[in-house]
Amino acid sequence: MAISTLTRSTPATGSSQVVRQPRKKWTVGKIAAVAVAAFIAVLWLIPFAWATVTAFKSEADASASKISWFPPSGFTFDAFINVFQAGNIPLWTWNSLYTSAAITAITLVISALMAYALSRIEFKGKKVLMAVIIAAIIVPPPVLMIPLFYQMLALKMIDTSWAIILPQVIHPAMVFVLKKFFDQIPHELEEAAVMDGASRLRIFMQIILPLSRPILAAVAIFVFIGAWNNFLWPFISTNDDSLLTLPVGLQTIKSAYGVQYAQNMASALLAALPLIVVFLFFQRQIIKGVATTGLAGT
Amino acid sequence: MSSSTASRQASQPRTTFSPGVKAGSSLRRRRDNLNGWAFAAPFLVFFLVFLIWPILYGFYMSLTGKSLTGANDSLIGFSNYAEAFADSGMWRSLGNTLYFTVISTVPLVLVALVMAALLNIGLPAQWLWRLSYFAPFLLASTVVSLFFVWMYNPQLGLINDFLSKFGIPKVGWLNDPNVAMWSIVIATLWWTVGFNFLLYLAAMQNIPAQHYEAASLDGAGAWRQFFSITLPQLTPTTVMIVLLQILASLKVFDQIYQMTAGGPGGSTRPVVQYIFETGFTGYRLGYSAAISYIFFGLIVLVSVLQFVITRRRSA
Repeated sequence: MAISTLTRSTPATGSSQVVRQPRKKWTVGKIAAVAVAAFIAVLWLIPFAWATVTAFKSEADASASKISWFPPSGFTFDAFINVFQAGNIPLWTWNSLYTSAAITAITLVISALMAYALSRIEFKGKKVLMAVIIAAIIVPPPVLMIPLFYQMLALKMIDTSWAIILPQVIHPAMVFVLKKFFDQIPHELEEAAVMDGASRLRIFMQIILPLSRPILAAVAIFVFIGAWNNFLWPFISTNDDSLLTLPVGLQTIKSAYGVQYAQNMASALLAALPLIVVFLFFQRQIIKGVATTGLAGT
Repeated sequence: MSSSTASRQASQPRTTFSPGVKAGSSLRRRRDNLNGWAFAAPFLVFFLVFLIWPILYGFYMSLTGKSLTGANDSLIGFSNYAEAFADSGMWRSLGNTLYFTVISTVPLVLVALVMAALLNIGLPAQWLWRLSYFAPFLLASTVVSLFFVWMYNPQLGLINDFLSKFGIPKVGWLNDPNVAMWSIVIATLWWTVGFNFLLYLAAMQNIPAQHYEAASLDGAGAWRQFFSITLPQLTPTTVMIVLLQILASLKVFDQIYQMTAGGPGGSTRPVVQYIFETGFTGYRLGYSAAISYIFFGLIVLVSVLQFVITRRRSA
């Protein structure tokens, strides 16, 4: 599954491309399909649209009992200005960015090394190790929250970024996504290097990794989105206001701002913006990445 | 990229992997043992400290009366479990989780299938549809909750305003215990269906075109082709998506906690929230660890089921 998705553009499997090519004829059925697809798309865009309209209203218009898409007193940036003056959103965005980046980087490094060992090296205990890691895929994070919190207290890591980052770097499923990809790389490529006396690490860095860019990108995307949006663990592991990530920070404004709907929506939109912008730029890679890693489970 | 290199390499004579295999084989084995564990070590350190240890320690905790206030650390056997099985609060939250899982999995799979099937017909502007169906998946749960709490607002919300134009009386989307869980399912559908949609779309595009060509030569129309080619070819994908969705839905917490906090009257409180509250609000770490393990047992059960089904399919 993973490999076939990635190599779909190669000539060997290119025949499946035919399915994707739009048949040029406009039949009644196709027009109906466009209509249904458009209806769903509009439904799916309404929450965004309504949040955007609300965010550009004055608080008075936003909480007016008569609902309007075009507010009587016009659109205004007030809500955004107020949110920025409160100053939390930029800080939370930064916190989310560096914790997610650290989680992604550590996950990639340790998972790729592990996957290489499982794919290429015959060592004592490998079978048992593999079984344990497979079994670990099913462990749901909520089951760990109580002991992990207690453990972090003991390690004196609660209310540090480490508490947010470290427990999120273990993705057994991603190890197997990588292993599966490494398995497909022909051994011949390494044999010449082995004959030249290259070390395992050099082979890994100079031969395997460069060939694995697409799968590394896919795993990175999957892990980053998960980390960026994770709520439960960062919510548990930090109380310190200066460490809150975006999702957790937003939870606090709901109670703090009370009924300031325009500001709530402005905050939500600002929080949504970074990933949406990234998605607009890297749509193809993200879609491919999610389709590749998705079935491996989370 | 890799497949083209593969074919080029395959035409060359295969060289042995290591020179002087016979003489140095035991040396090489020792080196492989060392290398293997060295490559595994970084992952293993994190794995042992932040996954294996908390699992084992959590089980130990579940056998104690441990609390955040520091009282009673002693072993009390399985009495936490006995208490949990008699705890109506746990059963109710477990029931809520199962209810959510059932009523969310069905639309999350069906709507995803419909979306993918529509696009697979070959609509123009593919990126536009993908963007609008998948974009919500990129949002944090808190953003989704803020959006929907606002739209669900009984007095000022968009949805009740729309319904009032048809003379439909105001609905307490998140305040009515009979409606609240459904409201959460709708928000969840909007938020995460794009993920299943992408999985379906990728699977549909891997169905060989020849199947369809042969069918249309036989005069099969679009509907016929969908039901006699697409759907059967998708069966393995559907099985995986359903099982992954069940596992994901069983873990529900974020959007419920944020939108209703489990209310009204505990009617939407999922079991993860019950664990959370027992541990962090009630300070009863040992007891909440025990409930965690009961919940874990449920997840293991579904996972084993998944394993058996996928094994049988691939065998």
